[in-house]
Amino acid sequence: MDEQSKKPAKKKVELNPDFIHYKHIWVFIENEREAVHPVSWELLGTGRKLADKLGVQLCAVVMTGLGDHGRAICNEAFQFGADQCYLTQSEVLKDYRNEPYTRALTDLVNHWQPEIVLLGASTLGRDLGGSVATTLGTGLTADCTELAIEADGRNLAATRPTFGGSLLCTIMTQRHRPQMATVRPRVMAMPTRDSTRSGPIVEVPFCMIESSILTKVLEFIPDERGDQPNLPFANIIVAGGRGLKRSENFQLVWDLAQVLGAEVGGSRPVVQAGWLEAERQVGQSGKTVRPKLYIAAGISGAIQHRVGMGDSDVIIAINSDPAAPIFDFAHFGIVGNAVLLLPALTAAFSAHLAQRRKAG
Amino acid sequence: MHNVVCIKQVPDSAQIRVHPVSNTIMRQGVPAIINPYDLFALEEALRLKDRVGGTVTVLCMGPPMAEAALRKCLSYGADDAILVSDRAFAGSDTLATSYALAATIQKVMGNMPVDLIFTGKQTIDGDTAQVGPGIAKRLNYQLLTYVSRIVSIDQNQREIIVERRAEGGVQRIKTSMPCLITMLEGTNQLRFGDLDDLFRAARYPIKIWNREMAGIEEVARIGLKGSPTVVSKVFAPKARSQRAEIIETVDGDPHNIAVTLLAKVFTQYPELEKEIDKLAH
Repeated sequence: MDEQSKKPAKKKVELNPDFIHYKHIWVFIENEREAVHPVSWELLGTGRKLADKLGVQLCAVVMTGLGDHGRAICNEAFQFGADQCYLTQSEVLKDYRNEPYTRALTDLVNHWQPEIVLLGASTLGRDLGGSVATTLGTGLTADCTELAIEADGRNLAATRPTFGGSLLCTIMTQRHRPQMATVRPRVMAMPTRDSTRSGPIVEVPFCMIESSILTKVLEFIPDERGDQPNLPFANIIVAGGRGLKRSENFQLVWDLAQVLGAEVGGSRPVVQAGWLEAERQVGQSGKTVRPKLYIAAGISGAIQHRVGMGDSDVIIAINSDPAAPIFDFAHFGIVGNAVLLLPALTAAFSAHLAQRRKAG
Repeated sequence: MHNVVCIKQVPDSAQIRVHPVSNTIMRQGVPAIINPYDLFALEEALRLKDRVGGTVTVLCMGPPMAEAALRKCLSYGADDAILVSDRAFAGSDTLATSYALAATIQKVMGNMPVDLIFTGKQTIDGDTAQVGPGIAKRLNYQLLTYVSRIVSIDQNQREIIVERRAEGGVQRIKTSMPCLITMLEGTNQLRFGDLDDLFRAARYPIKIWNREMAGIEEVARIGLKGSPTVVSKVFAPKARSQRAEIIETVDGDPHNIAVTLLAKVFTQYPELEKEIDKLAH
């Protein structure tokens, strides 16, 4: 019984008067081992637009262990659009742990009373967001693909896929504050950095001590770089879907990607069928990508896939069904059998590249 | 040890179809399955039982038909199953759902203390990943999300060590029980139930609790009333202003189509040609 089982509400719901003073937009700046997750900057870009629309401030919330990097992150947050930063530093916040982070963010919210709190829909943001929203007893909309302010009011209209990615729905938290949402990495555009911007940093002390925290981080084992495909930041992606019919045919996707120096992706059905590793799944339950070129072979383009790749600069779609939804948002389409067309594309790109190299 | 596994019965999303004209969901004939992510939670709880003994109770909130999902869990080897089902739950969002489930678990604890609660990392229909953290918070349990491996359990010290997926790496964490674990997918392989369990599951009297039996007193905290989030509209996304330019040739020959496509793409997007040059080197 999640959000989507509800019927759309008809009547307008008023804000509970207890929350009338809640003001300003907050973005939680996710950082681990002194590196900021790019989704936090993407959220500042979107948060900036929402704050301007509402005529309020955009505030960044930074929590770190002790050290200079805390202020450095705040300064970066100003450059990406924040008006003000709240900085909480403590040795107990060095590694992410649910309990102290939940406490720190909840205390900040209760004290400063923002109307909107945004987090990345990363493993950290989802872990933290769920706990904080439950503590505050407020609404949290997961994995949003679009954020806006409603046309005739001040509510956050958070849009996300629903029914397993078959349709989209817009969710609002009308009576409670803050309104909380998590947004998937790479869905929002990265804002441009303005190095002339700066602002005030409000340092907030933290009350918890290590001996009161039950969970201890024994070790952090970083992923080996290079091993993991990096689809969200790939410039070109060749992706295959169920239209390829057989697992062996997926090799044709790899062949084209090899020629283009591209990453390989796939739709949910091919990952579920075991043709491709889960790390390469594009779509709502996989990765969100924004490449310069996305070639979709045998993918119908259901919403759950579209939300993961709809913002690609150029989309080329190959599908045997002329009514496939992917042709509604692709830039170029070929109606035909992907198993025959992929090798033809591979050959054409190869020939084209060979010619350019010869020429120049 | 007494471990509770929370599961949800969901429509098989691979088989959901949207009506092409009205853009409404066609529910007829879509089979209901156990949320696939929850099966990793169930298997992990059963493995723990194999290792250190104890009891596995499966808990599900949903309509009466969800009893089938619980019976399936019993056939894999779960010991007990509870369905909390009441019209008053209808329209619950994640906050209201975690309230109802936490209250029910509290009721379960009255009969037998609970050491660990397992859930899947999220459901395939709601995809929120919020109910697990919500239950943990309400019960004041330590929360361990995206767990890929239970490294060790010390029942005397009441300590557990796990590995969990974090951004950019794996955290190895020690915490004290009771705690709530959301299992990462692909971390184990669900067993085949044996024949004894299959027969037992078919006859087992699954507990079916309504709101009062589950000990949920505050009606204002469940259902639509207890849900701060409201769905304001459901819709299909807009098509781009222009549909895809369909590339065709008279002969329909794949090679000619590919060459035509490249010429068009590179004429309209010359910067792509440079990008490909750069990457292909």
